[in-house]
Amino acid sequence: MEDLPPKSVSLSLLREQQPRFTGLEAGHRACQGCGQALAARLVLEAAGPDVIIANATGCLEIFSSTWPESAWRTPWIHSLFENTAAVASGIEAAMRAQGRSTRVLAFAGDGGTFDIGFQSLSGMIERNHQVLYVCFDNEAYMNTGVQRSGSTPHGAWTTTSPLGTRSKGKKHYKKDLLSIIAAHRIPYAATASIAYPSDLRSKVRKALGEEGATFILIHSPCPLGWGHESHLSVEIDRLAVETGLFPLMEMERGELVNIMPIRKKRPVIDYIRPQERFRHLLEESDTAEEERNHLQALCDFNIERYGLLLDPEDTSSRPDSQSADTVRRGGTRWL
Amino acid sequence: MLEAIEGSQAIARAVAMCRPQVVAAYPITPQTHIVEGLSRLIANGTLSAQYISVESEFSAASVVMGASAAGSRSYTASASQGILLMTEVLYNIAGLRIPTVLTVANRAVSAPLSIWNDHQDSMSVRDAGWIQLYCANNQEAVDTTIQAFFISEKTEIPVMVCVDGYTLTHTLEPVDIPSQEEIDAFLPPFHFRRTLDPQNPITVGTLVSPDFFTEARAVNHQAFKKAIKTIHETDDLFFQLTGRRLGALLSVTGDSTAKTGILLMGSVFGTLSDALFSHEEKDEIRLLKLRSFRPFPKEDLQEAVRGLKTLIVLDRSLSTGSDGGIVGMEVRSALFGQKNAPRIINAVVGLGGRDLPLSLLSRLLDLSKNPDTPEFLFADIEPSRILEEVSSPVNTVHSEEK
Repeated sequence: MEDLPPKSVSLSLLREQQPRFTGLEAGHRACQGCGQALAARLVLEAAGPDVIIANATGCLEIFSSTWPESAWRTPWIHSLFENTAAVASGIEAAMRAQGRSTRVLAFAGDGGTFDIGFQSLSGMIERNHQVLYVCFDNEAYMNTGVQRSGSTPHGAWTTTSPLGTRSKGKKHYKKDLLSIIAAHRIPYAATASIAYPSDLRSKVRKALGEEGATFILIHSPCPLGWGHESHLSVEIDRLAVETGLFPLMEMERGELVNIMPIRKKRPVIDYIRPQERFRHLLEESDTAEEERNHLQALCDFNIERYGLLLDPEDTSSRPDSQSADTVRRGGTRWL
Repeated sequence: MLEAIEGSQAIARAVAMCRPQVVAAYPITPQTHIVEGLSRLIANGTLSAQYISVESEFSAASVVMGASAAGSRSYTASASQGILLMTEVLYNIAGLRIPTVLTVANRAVSAPLSIWNDHQDSMSVRDAGWIQLYCANNQEAVDTTIQAFFISEKTEIPVMVCVDGYTLTHTLEPVDIPSQEEIDAFLPPFHFRRTLDPQNPITVGTLVSPDFFTEARAVNHQAFKKAIKTIHETDDLFFQLTGRRLGALLSVTGDSTAKTGILLMGSVFGTLSDALFSHEEKDEIRLLKLRSFRPFPKEDLQEAVRGLKTLIVLDRSLSTGSDGGIVGMEVRSALFGQKNAPRIINAVVGLGGRDLPLSLLSRLLDLSKNPDTPEFLFADIEPSRILEEVSSPVNTVHSEEK
């Protein structure tokens, strides 16, 4: 504690002394507990200032750039909803033409990535542009007021997958985007979570060190759309990982090369319970139970498919879902 | 030096000599020869540029936008459905005032499907905020392409160079392509004030509240007014270099005492000029070649129609259900309330590749002499085909009944 500067130090001096680059400044208009805002800040901490960002239409774009204000300390362009990967391709082509080494980042939400921008993303990866595409996955169209997307998980309530006598939330599965991305034989693709910031940062650094297109899918809780307390964003995202519902992994040229192992598996109900979007699944009814079992089966399938459970015999010191990045405010470990 | 060359190849060479750093395109008839040509020039090292083979026209427009925003001269070309697929990006590029050049190999828009020439594609995006220049022949296509980069970079307004599909793109004509030295002397290296650069970070493409949106639009509108001057100046500069003028926004040929005028855009100028050459009453006719549809040269037009009794306005596209052709309505509006304004006959011709023969001239003049000719008509329609052969809409072929 004695290393901290005295309280009289100005904010700007504090920023100067800050060890990491702040690309997305404070003062923007994101909601309390916004997972996307935290994720974007973490990405830029790792990427540093020598980047150009192409940003899709969506919450991140809106809350950061209402004219005449901007929260960005890096060059940043927003064109449209579905062309971010193509705009980033053009910027990268210009960097190549000018012989510059500035890295290009593409930022988009799940709507702009899984759905409407999917074609231009596929084209960008196929052409192997030197772009890191980051998808902030909050599992619905939050900017327009919580409508289902191709990323919304099975069973979740949204305004367009509502509850009614004939509907119990989203009928379809969450699109397995990472597998589709990996099928392009992309040099590097990974998933990350705001609950594991140093893992997230190291994945960004790794991606930026690769030659060619790279992709990171960051699970980003949305207190408004998911219906949870805003101070729970990080904990909920950790549960998404610990239940196996959102596995953290890395793929190179289409092959799985690394996972974050789960030391102590949590039941999916722990993840569902604090979220309003799943509340109907907590009812005492046969259909609710069936859906709960369904979601648990999805978690178990992921754990099986990617070998997520840490072998109790494994005594290696590699970070797992309990030990990695679990330092809480004040320095105590979260247990 | 004159050489016989296909329009598309001439355009490709002109583009290459303007030294674009990023070219992105998606193939569509009749644009393909242009981008194939450029692709070849890049492949054999004649042009040092990034060629991005995108997965759609939507991405082609997006790539050139990103490239120009990041400080590189960029170019794309398309036609018809491709232009319409680009539409959202075209508005965006223009709204953000990012300079780039797009060649439109003009073609009809489906349905019914047609790969042949008219102006429906570029006319459909006339409100997108791009400068639109129409070319009468392949020499103009080459020269306008070179001018377009200059105009776009000077005004920070993207420029569409509209070239009639097939009629120009696939036709061999004698063309004088300026030398590389001449073009380098005319067109300075790409410079854009609002470049994405980590040394000087800017935020582009912000959300604008109702408090400022009108002003943002008005500023772009004012830029078009200024662009009128730039287009004139560019044509003057180009004349000093090559000895050729392209007629800036609107040019007039024929007798100043003529009583009948024909206003047109694009390659039909050549047809009517040829027809006029052998026409008996050629002194009675004035041709008004509209080169710039956006910005629209209202004052030039008011001046150019002085003394005319009748003005025939040719349209090669249609705003279905409106009260005239698109150019026709624009001209009517520009001349509304003018003293001694001519009678206007608005004739839609040459849709979907319908041939525009030399006899078009006498047909138009016959119409102008008839006091009963309506204000707006399809001048080359075959009424019998509607009655006998075409059951509207023309999109279904029924299998023969058993």
